[in-house]
Amino acid sequence: MRRRIRLILTWAALSGFAIAFIYPFVWLLSASFKPRSEVFDHRIIPETFTFENYIKVWNEAPLALWMANTLFVTVLAAVAVTITSAMVAWGFAYFRFPGRNALFGVVLATMMLPGVVTMVPVFLIWNSLGMVGTLTPLWAQNLFGSAFYIFLLRQFFLGLPREPFEAAKIDGANNWKIFTRIALPLCKPAVVVTLLFEFQAAWTDLMRPLIYLRDSSTFTVPRGLKALLDQFGFGGEWHWEIVMTASVITTVPMIILFFLGQKHFVRGIATTGSKG
Amino acid sequence: MSASRTKAPRRRRAQWIETRAALLFISPWIIGFLVFTAWPVINSAYLSLTDYDVINDPNFVGFDNYAQLFEDPKVGLALRNTFVFTVLSVPAHIIVSLGLALLLNGATRATGFFRTAFFLPKMTPPVAVGILLLLLFNGQNGLINGFLGVFGIDGPAWTTDPAWVKPGLVLMSLWTVGSSVVIILAALRAVPQELYDSALVDGAGWWRRTLRITVPMISPTLFFLFIVNTINALQSFTEAYTAFFGSGNTTYSNDAALFYAIYLFQQAFEFLHMGYASALAWLLFLVIMAITGVQMLVTRRFVHYEGGQP
Repeated sequence: MRRRIRLILTWAALSGFAIAFIYPFVWLLSASFKPRSEVFDHRIIPETFTFENYIKVWNEAPLALWMANTLFVTVLAAVAVTITSAMVAWGFAYFRFPGRNALFGVVLATMMLPGVVTMVPVFLIWNSLGMVGTLTPLWAQNLFGSAFYIFLLRQFFLGLPREPFEAAKIDGANNWKIFTRIALPLCKPAVVVTLLFEFQAAWTDLMRPLIYLRDSSTFTVPRGLKALLDQFGFGGEWHWEIVMTASVITTVPMIILFFLGQKHFVRGIATTGSKG
Repeated sequence: MSASRTKAPRRRRAQWIETRAALLFISPWIIGFLVFTAWPVINSAYLSLTDYDVINDPNFVGFDNYAQLFEDPKVGLALRNTFVFTVLSVPAHIIVSLGLALLLNGATRATGFFRTAFFLPKMTPPVAVGILLLLLFNGQNGLINGFLGVFGIDGPAWTTDPAWVKPGLVLMSLWTVGSSVVIILAALRAVPQELYDSALVDGAGWWRRTLRITVPMISPTLFFLFIVNTINALQSFTEAYTAFFGSGNTTYSNDAALFYAIYLFQQAFEFLHMGYASALAWLLFLVIMAITGVQMLVTRRFVHYEGGQP
């Protein structure tokens, strides 16, 4: 009996929290379909249902272009960092060479270095290459791997049995073949996790687009959303309906991605934390 | 005789082939480390001793930038704001995510749905979270004050009253505890059931079991979250910048939301004080190192590792 009461209370509490976590989405979504005058009322079902806000946003902002820019940057960033991080992780996991542990210690140490320390000089590098104002700085650095993913993927590689690799070696497979044909397919879950994590990080990043992008036509979605807020929120008369509707449009792709990769996301995050 | 003489060079040759292969695989990282970490760190240290502004050549000014840090009232303000936010948000974050994870662990079925519900906000771009902050915590017609009004509470002007800006930011940051909940839940699932069974035999209640078994058993995970969340909180930027800074934003008393990373960004990329910004970056680095170091020393004693210290 006491058990049952406790279970009911647990469920009630969970439901309460779940509503608190989901409600802002629902409210935002419903507001995006309300006419301007009703945007702030607290009704969930709009009294007057309208697509007007979406048309307004479409006319005010090159959202499709921003989406295309973001997709371009995000896909390149995620694919680049996954391939190179996997290569480096494999280099550290499979081969034995003098200085390996010391070098891997340096990889871990770079993880602790706050990004702000290198922010200014890295900007100056891209500036001297004439790349400021282009999308390149947002993804090209990922061609060199990233410490966190190297760590994650190496852990995974270390957990694989060595026999298939030895067998392939005896059969005459070269190192590249062993890596791409055997090791990578075996570590697919970790590869998917890396892709998803970096996709999310690149899609939601604001600071680097703020630093590197100048012209509205090169903006990514978060940068564009910030520009919309500056223009329609802070710059004179408030046009919340535009900002809110644009927020909905930028959030939806991430939510879809989450539902597609939910299993991997959750597993990836759970394993990240237990390495503490 | 001759066989043993050829063996050693052959082994050395095999070792060299393996080393060469390994170096090829890790070469992307080596190049990236030299270009995007090592050189920038050295350059940043040098720049912090100059008055570089991108347009003119840098002049060496010695420790002037560092001296200026102590005289700049905004540095003190930004540090205080960042500390207050960190001190409020990190413990709140851990307590809330631990609470939610315990609840999830206690409910036997359908946790998948709730886990998804708690995790969803984590998928919202931080810019959108900043915008939601302005909407939800709006003093006049925001959802939060509407909710408080149900209980007859007259909510504060969260986004305009300097005293309430940081509490608002802290509360909003709790919306994204999802990943911590998932991490803690995974740790909870790994606690051996036998421990609870024997505690039940001894007649220990729920509180006692949680405090004496659960929390110590998952302490490495809590410790990890504590350190990571602190480092992240000390560098928080996007939500506060979205909501309170940017071009055209003069409506808000945004000094209350001036976090250190925001001030650094402004100095570097709005005022083009690259030298001063580099000095600011090094100060933040030292602060983070010091705080993390102290945290490690203090909390290590409370962290329980199975099979002793690692």
